[in-house]
Amino acid sequence: MLLQQLINGLTLGGVYAIIAIGYTMVYGILELINFAHGEIYMLGAYLAIIFLGLFTAMGLTATSLPLALILTAILTIIFCSAYGFTMEKVAYKPLRNAPRLSPLISAIGVSIFLQNYVMLTQGATDKVFPQRFGEAGFQFMNVNVTYLQAMIILVSGLLMFFLHLFIHKTRMGKAMRATAQDKTMAALVGINVDSIISVTFIIGAGLAAVAGIMVASYYGLVNYFIGYIAGIKAFTAAVLGGIGNIPGAMLGGIILGLVESTGAAYISSEYKDAYAFIILIVILLIKPSGILGKTTEEKV
Amino acid sequence: MYILEVRELTKHFGGIRAVEDVSFKVKDGGIVSIIGPNGAGKTTLFNCLTGITKPTKGSIYFMENDISKFPAHKVSELGIARTFQNIRLFSEMTVMENVMVSQHTRMRYGFLSSVLQGSNFRKKEQIIKEKAFEYLELVGLEDYADTMANNLPYGSQRRLEIARALATEAKIILLDEPTAGMNPIETSEVMSLIKKIQELGKTLILIEHDMRLVMGVSDWIIVLDHGVKIAEGLPEKVKNDPLVIEAYMGRETTH
Amino acid sequence: MKPILISLFAAILFLPFKGLKAAGIMFISILILLSAVSILKKTKVIDAIKAIRIPEAGRFKAFLIPALLISFLAFPLMLKDYYIDVLIMSGIYTLLALGLNIIVGFTGLLNLGFAAFYAIGAYTYALLNTKLGLGFWTSLPISAGFAALAGLLLAIPALRLRGDYLAIVTLGFGEIVRLVLNNWDSLTNGPNGITGIAPPSLFGVSLGKLNLYYYLVFLLVLLAVIIIRRVESSRIGRAWIAIKENEIAASSMGINTTKYKLYAFAFGTFWAGVAGILFSAKMQFVSPESFTFMESILILSMIILGGLGNIYGAIIGAFILVLLPEVLREVQLYRMLILGIGLVLLMVFRPHGILGGVKGVHFRS
Repeated sequence: MLLQQLINGLTLGGVYAIIAIGYTMVYGILELINFAHGEIYMLGAYLAIIFLGLFTAMGLTATSLPLALILTAILTIIFCSAYGFTMEKVAYKPLRNAPRLSPLISAIGVSIFLQNYVMLTQGATDKVFPQRFGEAGFQFMNVNVTYLQAMIILVSGLLMFFLHLFIHKTRMGKAMRATAQDKTMAALVGINVDSIISVTFIIGAGLAAVAGIMVASYYGLVNYFIGYIAGIKAFTAAVLGGIGNIPGAMLGGIILGLVESTGAAYISSEYKDAYAFIILIVILLIKPSGILGKTTEEKV
Repeated sequence: MYILEVRELTKHFGGIRAVEDVSFKVKDGGIVSIIGPNGAGKTTLFNCLTGITKPTKGSIYFMENDISKFPAHKVSELGIARTFQNIRLFSEMTVMENVMVSQHTRMRYGFLSSVLQGSNFRKKEQIIKEKAFEYLELVGLEDYADTMANNLPYGSQRRLEIARALATEAKIILLDEPTAGMNPIETSEVMSLIKKIQELGKTLILIEHDMRLVMGVSDWIIVLDHGVKIAEGLPEKVKNDPLVIEAYMGRETTH
Repeated sequence: MKPILISLFAAILFLPFKGLKAAGIMFISILILLSAVSILKKTKVIDAIKAIRIPEAGRFKAFLIPALLISFLAFPLMLKDYYIDVLIMSGIYTLLALGLNIIVGFTGLLNLGFAAFYAIGAYTYALLNTKLGLGFWTSLPISAGFAALAGLLLAIPALRLRGDYLAIVTLGFGEIVRLVLNNWDSLTNGPNGITGIAPPSLFGVSLGKLNLYYYLVFLLVLLAVIIIRRVESSRIGRAWIAIKENEIAASSMGINTTKYKLYAFAFGTFWAGVAGILFSAKMQFVSPESFTFMESILILSMIILGGLGNIYGAIIGAFILVLLPEVLREVQLYRMLILGIGLVLLMVFRPHGILGGVKGVHFRS
């Protein structure tokens, strides 16, 4: 029973974690709470349904399901990244030197816009994922693990691993870290800060797209509202781990998923959404800068 | 006789020893300068003296109290005020309001008074304004009372910081590089301002790099290097101390 | 060339959602829009919008304020119930915006869960009235006091946190309060809410009629504006603004920053409690649905829109965000879409808010 909940929690946690990375990366560089990030994840879920629906209509799903799924994933990621890129250029870039809360309102504007944009074009009712994967799975230490769950855990894990490599081993990743530490210094040593910011949004949106695809296929149903609640939770996860800190976001996401699924199973499922916040408040009171966050004494 | 006594003060940040075992005394009504190369721990010492950071070890006696564990606002209320090296004005308030803030602990009234705004409130607000204006006159900013603090030129911002510190009615005023970024004329203005403040019966402690100013106003000099006090004494004595010369010169040649 | 590429890009983004034909229309309309913008740019209209400074309005203050007061007093005599209703809601949101402005605008503490205190005020009256039979006037100080107490209780531990961490804890608190209201069926009747809440009465006259209720709300808003303005211009208000501007300097000038932040939290949430009781007495019904995270965001948007830290800005922001969706009711389907675009455009063109640049509008944490 407990192990079963751990698997469920890990599935959920993996999804939270990869959304949370987008929050934390943007925060690390711009100190902006990108409220609209959850909507990118929602767009990802919708786009996955739209593209897969298209391939089903074309007959590709029937002939080669894996190909259809891969194409769907690629197109969804490209589109979501483009949306993330556009969002930054339109709503945040002009506000680079504005008071600290103005981009937050702009982000809320984007979020409201995207929700209604999807509602108006796709309808207010739930959308169904065109492909059911069913309950097929395998036994692991006496616990049922569906293939889809295993897939989600595996994909989240791999994405986090590759992101870690990217951030630490590539030129671009190092430039991103430098920009996060000090934008002015980064610009002085010849880093193009604008393009680093764009890349950050593109990567964050791409990850959110993957989360969207996985959730759409896992639950089979989506609506235009899912970005909002997932967004708050992923942001909570990012803060839990220490905002601006990528491993922290991963850890925060996984903890959140585990707390939610075990809490729902053992305490009460009615308060499922509250556990995340309770654990957050408790952890912040013990460690005010999050689990992996640094405590810095302000320079005087 | 001594208004402030620092005993074996130590402050570590992680592995960095910003201030190590520093002791000194400050005479009531005197002007003490703390000098030393960059990174010597001068500002950290100020932060400890004003309660902004808590020392790792040691004690600070101010008028019979060990204030080393007091929060900043308590220290200010007891009578130590300061200016900041990197200017920290309330930039979206007017010059006048900046100084009025400093009367916070001196002219008190409660929440209800401020809602009802009765005669007690009006009287006290009037006194706050008058005093604030006096301090503005003292530093020569009376014509800018209604200007936004962030619209002041740089030199005037430093003087506003001094007015704000004075308006707390502190006994000791700490000035952290009061002439940084100023031209020679402005510097000599600050020099005479410092003397005026001393004449008001205040004790001053300065951090300063301009040696002409330090030698001109101080009656005691403390030299820090790498967080350690390497010398102290009368200006003439410190100026010729070989250790001090080495600390400065040695540093300069490695640059 | 660039406008064409941008339009093409936007059309492609739109393509999967509505198909080729709609994307084509999108392409053309964005192209027209971009051309219009570039013309505006050439004629410097945009720079002019950015440069508008409102302090000029200060000169008309002596005339403007009495005129506004008189028209607000006269409105119920000439407006239809629907409009009075909208004005009452504007008044309630004005109270909320004024309260949140004390916390965020004056003191610089970001609060993303303000609706929780609104809910506490509303439910306190709902429960006191339906379970204990207490009247509006007795409940008014209790509701406001409860909201203020809740603000204090949250702030005491939360104020150890910095900036955005504080924000997320307030967000979490807001969600927890809503979930408790939603699930504690025996007390709050869960998602169905509490019905049959009595409207206030004065000297035996029920104030349940819209035009009378309007005057009650108007009076309380007026009272709030006067009280908050007075506190703002006192040593307490100066301490708040000093904390926002530079916390370290504020504490070095003798301000007990923790104490004054607590004051700000309690005083701000107090007004949320007042707004809450006015809301539940007006609706005669409360349910958790009215106190979502979106509600907190709406209130925050009001004060940022108006210009943080500015009492009049908060009022203007509240009116705009209540009235705008009503004005857009004609285009029902698209109103939220337009609201979203409107918020982005406003921030892009006037990042300091409508009354921004007047005084005390910068936000630093």
